[in-house]
Amino acid sequence: MTLLVLLRPLLGALAGLVFGIGLVVSGMSDPAKVLNFLDVLGAWDPSLAFVMGGAAATTFVGYRLAWRRARPLAMPAFDVPRTQAIDAPLLSGAALFGMGWGIGGFCPGPAWTALPLMAPGTLAFLPAMLLGLWLGGRAKGLPAFHAAPSRP
Amino acid sequence: MPPVVPTEFTPFASLAGGVLIGLSAVMVMALFGRIAGIAGVSRGALGMTPVDGAGDWGWRIAFVAGLLAAPLAVTAATGASVQQTVSGNLPGMAVAGLLVGVGTALGSGCTSGHGVCGLARLSVRSLAAVLTFMAFAAATVLVLRHVL
Repeated sequence: MTLLVLLRPLLGALAGLVFGIGLVVSGMSDPAKVLNFLDVLGAWDPSLAFVMGGAAATTFVGYRLAWRRARPLAMPAFDVPRTQAIDAPLLSGAALFGMGWGIGGFCPGPAWTALPLMAPGTLAFLPAMLLGLWLGGRAKGLPAFHAAPSRP
Repeated sequence: MPPVVPTEFTPFASLAGGVLIGLSAVMVMALFGRIAGIAGVSRGALGMTPVDGAGDWGWRIAFVAGLLAAPLAVTAATGASVQQTVSGNLPGMAVAGLLVGVGTALGSGCTSGHGVCGLARLSVRSLAAVLTFMAFAAATVLVLRHVL
């Protein structure tokens, strides 16, 4: 495990690169394609169903192979969410996220891959998203949401 | 809303890209034992949520760097620029960004965390999140494009 531990940043960058290339190749990095996917009654482009299907099926199989080991290759232990509650923070957060996704056509991954292309809309979206990620984490701690501590 | 930009149906490229996204999610689980949710990875990378020491922080910041390098790598490999149409309505995009950030932090996941990794884990909680954000996203586009 020692060598892989030393290589952690490199392996992390490689995983991010593969993820990002997947976003670009699939078309998910293009907000126009995302918005057309969501526009079921209009200019519907069903491509993103193939992205989600391909990704979820690959992950379904790969996770089961990865979990055959007692621990991950480059960290001491698996850390998988145990929360199962379908609660107010989950549903209200998902609703707010859906609205933002429907307005801008960006979810968090494509917002990052869009940054080097420097479109003005991206430069407005990304800092606001990062502010929102911080605010949303704070909001989850409010008494209004009796949310258990959770990991994304 | 910007004018509707027509896009081509690309089942094969989209499936191939989806498989790459899945491979990355599997790498993150096999190597680091973590969920490859970009909202959560970003929060960890930027110090917004505690992580399990420097080792758990380093791969996250490197992962984000990999995401940033991806369009440049694709352009270098294919010679073609990455096709993208981003709305030029800057206040609208800022509002969208804020909603996406708050929503994914509050809801503990985004398209990748709940959509890809959560569904692959057969998590009912993630399924509820996915159905909710899909419904709200489609309803938002419906209102912006066909009602207003």
